[in-house]
Amino acid sequence: MGLRKFFDNLNKQAQPGGKLHFLSATIEALDTFFYVPNRVTTRGSHIRDAVDLKRVMITVVIALLPPLLFGIWNIGYLHYKYLGLDTNFWKNVWFGLEKFIPLLLVSYIAGGLVEVIFAQLRHEEVNEGYLVTGLLIPMIIPVTTPLWMVGLAAIFATLVGKEVFGGTGYNIFNPALLARAFLFFSYPGHMSGEKVWIADLPDAMSGATPLGQFSQATSLAQIHAIHSHFSVADMFLGTIPGSIGETSTLAILIGALILIYTGVASWKIIVSAFVGGGLMGWLLNILATPTNPYMALPFWEHWLLGGFAFGMVYMVTDPVSSAHTEIGKWIYGFSAGLLAILIRVLNPAYPEGVMLAILLMNMFAPLIDYIVVRYHIKSRTKRALFLKQQNL
Amino acid sequence: MSGVIKIKRGLDINLKGKAKKQVEQLPLSKYYALKPSDYKFVTPRVHAKVGDRVKAGSILFYDKYKPEIVFTSPVSGQVVEIRRGERRRILEYVVQADDSIEYEQFDVRPLDDMESEQIIDVLLKSGLWASIIQRPYGIIADPKTKPLAVHISTFDSAPLAPDYQFTLKDYIDEFQLGVDVLKKITNTKIFLNLDGRVENNIFDQIQGVEKTKFIGPHPAGNVGVQIHHLTPIQKGDIIWTISPQDVVFIGRFFKTGRVDLTKIIALAGSEVLEPKYYKVISGTSVESILDGQVKNQNVRYISGNVLTGQKISANGFLGRYDNMITVIPEGNYYEFLGWLGIGLNKFSTSRTFLSWLFPKREWVIDTNLHGQQRPFVITGRMDKVLPMQIYPEFLLKAILANDVEQMEALGIYEVIEEDFALCEFVCVSKIDIQQIITQGLQTMIKEMG
Repeated sequence: MGLRKFFDNLNKQAQPGGKLHFLSATIEALDTFFYVPNRVTTRGSHIRDAVDLKRVMITVVIALLPPLLFGIWNIGYLHYKYLGLDTNFWKNVWFGLEKFIPLLLVSYIAGGLVEVIFAQLRHEEVNEGYLVTGLLIPMIIPVTTPLWMVGLAAIFATLVGKEVFGGTGYNIFNPALLARAFLFFSYPGHMSGEKVWIADLPDAMSGATPLGQFSQATSLAQIHAIHSHFSVADMFLGTIPGSIGETSTLAILIGALILIYTGVASWKIIVSAFVGGGLMGWLLNILATPTNPYMALPFWEHWLLGGFAFGMVYMVTDPVSSAHTEIGKWIYGFSAGLLAILIRVLNPAYPEGVMLAILLMNMFAPLIDYIVVRYHIKSRTKRALFLKQQNL
Repeated sequence: MSGVIKIKRGLDINLKGKAKKQVEQLPLSKYYALKPSDYKFVTPRVHAKVGDRVKAGSILFYDKYKPEIVFTSPVSGQVVEIRRGERRRILEYVVQADDSIEYEQFDVRPLDDMESEQIIDVLLKSGLWASIIQRPYGIIADPKTKPLAVHISTFDSAPLAPDYQFTLKDYIDEFQLGVDVLKKITNTKIFLNLDGRVENNIFDQIQGVEKTKFIGPHPAGNVGVQIHHLTPIQKGDIIWTISPQDVVFIGRFFKTGRVDLTKIIALAGSEVLEPKYYKVISGTSVESILDGQVKNQNVRYISGNVLTGQKISANGFLGRYDNMITVIPEGNYYEFLGWLGIGLNKFSTSRTFLSWLFPKREWVIDTNLHGQQRPFVITGRMDKVLPMQIYPEFLLKAILANDVEQMEALGIYEVIEEDFALCEFVCVSKIDIQQIITQGLQTMIKEMG
């Protein structure tokens, strides 16, 4: 095959001493993108499972497609709806693509460049983790985010989120989420408020998210009023303002099923996160007072609002930054869900708590594992003594 | 009297090319060899030199650090070559066989007339002591120690493994005698671990042992897994293990006074024309077995099974502890966008390829790594194939960090390479996991002296 010959030639020149050696990581990355390499086992297990990190990452990308496609449609849908214009399905999609593709390209190119440069400097192979990170970043920001900001975020995610720790596999925080936190604290005006969620919204209009509106409500009557505007069905299907990928709980559920079925994400984390969030919402329901009507919002509606579902399916499950022990995963997911709703409802400074809750739990994941492993070691000793006594 | 232990975690890889239950008797091979690499952490010192004549049971080499442990020739003939590799490490000790075998005659008497020291002594001299493997570390047992217990796994659950119910059915008397010998020299419990899926087990009739049935997928047949479920090894504990084939060798030795390492092995794998069993002598050149049996040239010959065996050449030698030869295709090809397709023909324990639609299929799997090595990403997939109360990824990280205390606490004493073979198989980062375990065992041996 011609392409194969082309790469064989390139690889020759990328050898130390070759003309293109300074591009070796790039050539390697391109080659292995097109071809699964011919490397074979040498000893030990002579056969290997067909799955590799590339396949894992592409599976995550596939699982991200439902919320992504919905998000693209939704950009157009909301735009025409808020502006009161006639529209149809294809018009919505086209408008959405016009807005989304630039964001995606900037994210992939900016972050990808950092990735390649680092691989080159370290003489390592380019890691495919950025396939996912680069897609996540534009999905968790408002559609109106300026392109330079996306580029900055992507560079920040790769550099500070990953490379300073030593690259994929060594990072503490989820890089995409770290990028979002960076934007959120650096440019709050572009990341929250009433103006940012709808593309090309006229100045006089408000495009606040239901979550933002609920958090401002001062009476039960207002809560009801918001509900008449955004029905539960709207919130479930996702035809509401919000970050591009986060609005449709239905689409996210489909993605969650793909992740769980393929075994790529831990179902334990996802389930426990939803339980944790639900439990906190329910506790708040019990403690709700007339002066704080937000607390009375039915606990299950929190699952549909804001970035909860998206975060608890795609972000908290990142195998690198999550807890690694099976028991730890329950604790980790549960705490992330619980904290997300706690911050969301009770902290007046932030309308959404998912991002902070996940980053916080990323930080605590090693501690959770440490405790679980200590317990594991103790129970191993106990078990060994018991069995030996019984059988010897 | 026998307990049943169900193993839930693990993986049976259903490979194509299972050996048919039919034994072919081949004439003596021209060459036989001992490979020092078969004996873990043994530093060989030459005893018989090139040109020397040896009998079956004559010493070829011994361990530098424990000279009482010797390694003897499986056949009579002439030492024709001592093949050396890097830094003059001995790779193969080749003997050209006579037309008919002459045996060294050892002084064995009925067990009741022998003291346990005499038995140990004659076992050492015959070279059969090398059959007794000690845990921790999976090294040849130290004759000066007494084990807490002896474990014998009577079945091999690895892919395409030979069926001992078939290969040992005519040697049950010798097996019983071998068990009696072990009982006499250890004076402790002998655990005979049976395949719970077999009816009318030939090992049911063995006396003087504690029988336990194990039911479950591979690695249920790994003796390490069985020990873990019966007498877990803690710091300071010593357990002996021995393969059923070696128990037969020891029994035969005490019946005849000869080192007769005749055994029935399987030739299996998708690239074998007619997978079946062969009656051979340990250490045989595989050339005559493979002759005319292999479909094409681009194949991998493995002495042992696909998970833990050694790569050998087409005229290489059967390993000392191996009871099978596997032949599978080499995977030295490029695959265009191979990571992107739906993957109907790609075997994976994850459901990221659509191949999970065919759970019953017999697979042809080649040696392709299916990707490049990556940093260790902990996915929890290893937990699913290691049926021990051990956190595999944490143990591996402790080894990489050279943290001896943590290695001890997390279970380094309980494992050897083969127990982590499936972990290596499923590793998405394509890391040589068994190599890391070897490194860990080396560290422990050095630390513990």
